[in-house]
Parts: sequence; structure tokens; C-alpha cells
Amino acid sequence: MDDAMTDDGMARISSLLAGNDVLLFMKGTPLFPQCGFSSRAVAILERVGVPYESVDVLQDQGIRQGIKTYSDWPTIPQLYVKGEFVGGSDIMLEMYESGELAQLMVDKGVAAG
Amino acid sequence: MAMTADEIAAMIRAGIPGAEVEITDLAGDGNHYAARVVSETFRGVSRVRQHQAVYAALGGHMGDTLHALQLTTAVPD
Repeated sequence: MDDAMTDDGMARISSLLAGNDVLLFMKGTPLFPQCGFSSRAVAILERVGVPYESVDVLQDQGIRQGIKTYSDWPTIPQLYVKGEFVGGSDIMLEMYESGELAQLMVDKGVAAG
Repeated sequence: MAMTADEIAAMIRAGIPGAEVEITDLAGDGNHYAARVVSETFRGVSRVRQHQAVYAALGGHMGDTLHALQLTTAVPD
């Protein structure tokens, strides 16, 4: 493990990112999102039809703060594909509408079917 | 403490000189805004970096006093 990753939240973030190809850090769960932006992010991933996992940051303060530092991004939700930060819900929406998000999933080899 | 549309626009313009900034109060409650920021400095820069530049201009407000800001960035035509 990297020396800079000694903090518990950071360590959990690293291991989550390593273990999940498409990972959404959100408030609440896909079934019960606790924020409009997280709800929108879930809807976009459902439309793209890609298998994904989610992390409810409201259940884990270490991750909630840590993920903002990790990506230098001040808000939740945050989408990661193959460990790489893609963006928040505004960027997800733009990329969905332009077809870039679906293409990214294909390029990264994580698209369904 | 909520921020006004003018405060948001002023901070973005101060942080990104020459940027064209349009703020819309989405719910009329002074708490849910949309911002469209157009800047020549965004040319050739990834969307993530463009948004990070706007967030940097807003200092620590984004995700704190400013919860709901829908952000669109673009380069001038």
C-alpha cells in the first residue's frame, strides 16, 4: 500500500476501486437515493445498462470525506470506471446524451453483452 | 448560509477571468442553481478539469454552503 494511503477511509476507497469496474459513490442506494444528483446518476447508469456497484457515502464518513480528496472533487455522486474518475452527475449526463458514456464503457471493456 | 446568484457569478468570474457566466436559480429558493460557464481557458481541457477550475474559483463553497449547483462548461464558439 502507498504510504499516503494509510488513512482508513483512503485504504477502503482504494480497495473498492480495485475490486469494482464500474463504481458509483452516492448518497443512499440505487433503490433509495437520498439526493437528486445521486438519483440522476443512478438513472443514467441504468439507461446505459452497464453492471455497476454503488457505495453509500452516508454510511461511512471516512469514505465520504476521503473520496472528495481522492478525486479533488467536492461533491457526491462520483463515477469511477476501472479505477478512473469519470465525473459527477453533470458530466455523466453530458456524456450520456452525447453517447460518450456508452462508448467509454465499451472502450474500457465493461459494457454488458 | 446560502449564496446569491450574483455572489456565485462574481466568484467564478474572479477565479476565471474573462469567463462568461450565466446563473439560473432553478427552484427560486436561493439554494438550487444551474451555472453555465464559457471560457477560452477550457479549450483542450477535459470536462473534469473544466469543472474543477470552476469549483476552485468557488473556493470551499461547493459541496458546503453551495450544495446544488448544476454545472455546464463550454468553450466559446
